Amino acid sequence: MSFISKPKVANPSLPSNELGLNRRDYEGSMSTLCAGCGHDSVTAAIVQAAYELALPPQSVVKLSGIGCSSKTTAYFVAGAHGFNAVHGRMPSIATGANAANRNLRYIGVSGDGDSLSIGVGQLAHVIRRNLDMVYILENNGVYGLTKGQFSASADIGTKSKKGEANEQEPIDPVLLALALGASFVARSFSGDKEQLVPLIKAGLSHSGFAIIDVLSPCVTFNDHEGSTKSYAYVREHSEAPIAADYVAPQREISVSYAPGELLPVTMHDGSSVLLRKLDPDYDPTDRAQAAAYVQERAMRNEYVTGLIYVDQKRRDFHARANTTDAALNSVPFERLCPGAAKLPRILASFR
Amino acid sequence: MPERASASPRVNDFSVKFATVNGSGSTSANSLVMKAIFRMGVPVVSKNYFPSNIQGLPTWYEIRVTRDGWRARAGSVDIMVAMNAETYSSDVREVCAGGCLIYDSTWPSNTLLARDDIKTFGVPFAQLCNENFEGARARTLMKNIMYAGALAALIDLDLEVIRTLLAETFAKKPALVESNMKAIEIGYRYAKEKFACPLATRIERMNATAGHIMIDGNTAAALGCLYAGATVGAWYPITPSTSLMDAFRSLCARHRVDPKTGKNDYVIVQAEDELAAIGIVIGASWNGVRAFTPTSGPGISLMEEFLGLAYYAEVPAVIFDVQRVGPSTGMPTRTQQCDLLACAYASHGDTRHVMLFPDSPEECFQMAVKAFDLAERLQTPVFALRNLDIGMHDWKAPDFKRDDSYQPDRGKMLSDEQVAGLSKFHRYLDPDGDGIPYRTLPGVSPKAAYFTRGSGHNRFGVYTEDSAEYQDVMDRLTRKFATAARLVPPAIVESRGASAGIVSLGSCDAPVREALAILRRSGTAIDYLRVRGFPFGAEVEEFLATHQAIFVVEQNRDAQLRSLLTLETAVDKKKLRSILHYNGLPMPAVCIVDGINSAMATGVAA
Repeated sequence: MSFISKPKVANPSLPSNELGLNRRDYEGSMSTLCAGCGHDSVTAAIVQAAYELALPPQSVVKLSGIGCSSKTTAYFVAGAHGFNAVHGRMPSIATGANAANRNLRYIGVSGDGDSLSIGVGQLAHVIRRNLDMVYILENNGVYGLTKGQFSASADIGTKSKKGEANEQEPIDPVLLALALGASFVARSFSGDKEQLVPLIKAGLSHSGFAIIDVLSPCVTFNDHEGSTKSYAYVREHSEAPIAADYVAPQREISVSYAPGELLPVTMHDGSSVLLRKLDPDYDPTDRAQAAAYVQERAMRNEYVTGLIYVDQKRRDFHARANTTDAALNSVPFERLCPGAAKLPRILASFR
Repeated sequence: MPERASASPRVNDFSVKFATVNGSGSTSANSLVMKAIFRMGVPVVSKNYFPSNIQGLPTWYEIRVTRDGWRARAGSVDIMVAMNAETYSSDVREVCAGGCLIYDSTWPSNTLLARDDIKTFGVPFAQLCNENFEGARARTLMKNIMYAGALAALIDLDLEVIRTLLAETFAKKPALVESNMKAIEIGYRYAKEKFACPLATRIERMNATAGHIMIDGNTAAALGCLYAGATVGAWYPITPSTSLMDAFRSLCARHRVDPKTGKNDYVIVQAEDELAAIGIVIGASWNGVRAFTPTSGPGISLMEEFLGLAYYAEVPAVIFDVQRVGPSTGMPTRTQQCDLLACAYASHGDTRHVMLFPDSPEECFQMAVKAFDLAERLQTPVFALRNLDIGMHDWKAPDFKRDDSYQPDRGKMLSDEQVAGLSKFHRYLDPDGDGIPYRTLPGVSPKAAYFTRGSGHNRFGVYTEDSAEYQDVMDRLTRKFATAARLVPPAIVESRGASAGIVSLGSCDAPVREALAILRRSGTAIDYLRVRGFPFGAEVEEFLATHQAIFVVEQNRDAQLRSLLTLETAVDKKKLRSILHYNGLPMPAVCIVDGINSAMATGVAA
């Protein structure tokens, strides 16, 4: 970690977005993670995505559980409210917060311990609710704060720092999300900002639950030879069938690709995600095929990355609940309370 | 054998118990009888002892007819309607000497069970049903309605009142009114022809229920949530709290849908478990709505970790704990007051929580509103405790009142304008000296942003592991708890200068009041204090100090209220003597009378 915080004086030459804010305005407090931690790169990607989308900082709500990854919500968008919940239970806090105000952007950051062990139940059910949020799972296969135990995403045969091999079946968050019907499923690598930033932007524009599994190596406890979540291993074993480019609502899609290779997906806010097929046979709107593809590649020790599955039609939490368009926390009391005059009529059925 | 013999003419003062099989439709027949008595102007108490089961197990329903308007369970049975062969022998034994037994005489009954000290009325219900109705299901259902008819003749219920009730119940299915009324009349006619109707134990019209309703505490609390402006409810289904959310849902469907857009001004989330339910409540309250969860003991156990977070991070939350019998799964459909300590100190570390103790559906309604006001004013979880007895049984209650001048107390929540005027916002300062900080909502301005965490934080809301900074926040939370003692509803105190007093809470109020009257008639004067909130206010401390002997009346084995009093007040532990009732049934007055009389006899209290 760094002990010297960067001065908050902005370089006047820094470009600014439509709100007149520069990239530094989307930063948070100084990271206390280990130098070289993959999570810090993910934080930087979130900062970049929020800056490029020109999100008003106060329109963002940051949520996390407990663990190294969950600390990072303090490190981006200082102008947003943040909630560091209890271990594995961020999805329920996110559900309540979103229920109270549907008009903010909810970014959840979690880890493989937080999401796949103690919190796998809450993750499963927030996926089922199709809550409108981006859920970034910083996945390193290891418990960092308690010093190096395997997590539930550790692959069979992967070795701990002490040389012990994992024998338990891993939980792949991408397969889990596909099985539970997540409407936006992506995977990326903390070392691939070019892939990660557009995915976060697309996830933020998606209406419904967007999960991004980010392989984010732990430099201290899981970056050694024999680990399947090390920088070197992930770099060598990643394969993207689809590349996603985010296009803002006001811009035209002008990139040209060979026909049949381009699949523009229009998001609810008018923006688009351009899916470039790197594998001509891959269809990211086919859930069964997506799951089979990921599973097949996993058996060949490959991580499938990119936007793996998207379904824009699935109704989100509020659409299913038929909630009013206004934020519930802004509905005036007078509209909520039936008033004294109606009470006798209600009581009449109890005589 | 019951200890109390039935006095001879028992007009408007007796109890009827129905022994049936659950899932057979007996609930509608039983509540039809209860409502008919209520509509005839006679006060009633109703208790439903049902199994944790869907169909086929024994269930009982008890109606106490009480011209004096007592609210406690009778504790004895004058008329038994014994419709369940499985429990028949014990049901017969339960009838008071001089009481009555109504049973199905279709099949030969066991003569061994005959008692010569009670009157028996055999009605061939099954045979009459087979003769008059088609189909197995209809015959089972109509058998239940039919016993209501026979009973109506015996205790002199007005058939027109019953017809009106049926017409209201089946307003959308008039055919059902006719078939039900037919069954009623068959039973009624049979009893009239064969027996000397009415009995001495019977109903006579009174005018003691005008301006009153029959309502259960869960429905009353749901109505309170509606009137308090609560918009988010999250829950995991659990007996005996489920009907609270069911009632809230149906109230919202009628009163919270925007007629213009057809959209809902509320969200109800059925969570995957109680951990998620309380998480949703905390997330929603943090984001500025009034949110609540109804639950019971097992749910409280699961919520503990999150409750500590809400306490320490200072997030409002309203929890309705409808207590059932513990420990563990216990007896889910029986009543107790056994979660006092679990709620008072829920979660690890130094935590103390605000609690409310309504004694009746009426207070469930009022205190639901109060719970939200307190949770937001104090920025902390508030437990509104009641037991199954209040939550699920119909109680006679005076018509609820609301005043349109009521405005919700949103507490120290900075408005958009106040935020605009800020130079810098810090979450956990105590500018007013009452221990309560100011909070802001997401979405307003980057200036209002802060970080909510359950990890160590200082008064500025910043992560800390500094001893002094940590302790500073913990000490302020103690000051906040002292403020809470001044804000919770004060205890109800009835002091006439007696040297002995009763301290009790919640649904014990009904048997305590009846016991006090019985004791007074025998010359024993005792003062009474009913706690309505925790932390205890100065009036509790004073009552404990000014009485030489104190009977603590409560419904659990371990004297949890007594423990709380010894932990949280200066009272001398030796002064507190427990009167406990924890068999899962509501406490009858006799239990308190006996407890006090035996203490008096041994010279414990003068």
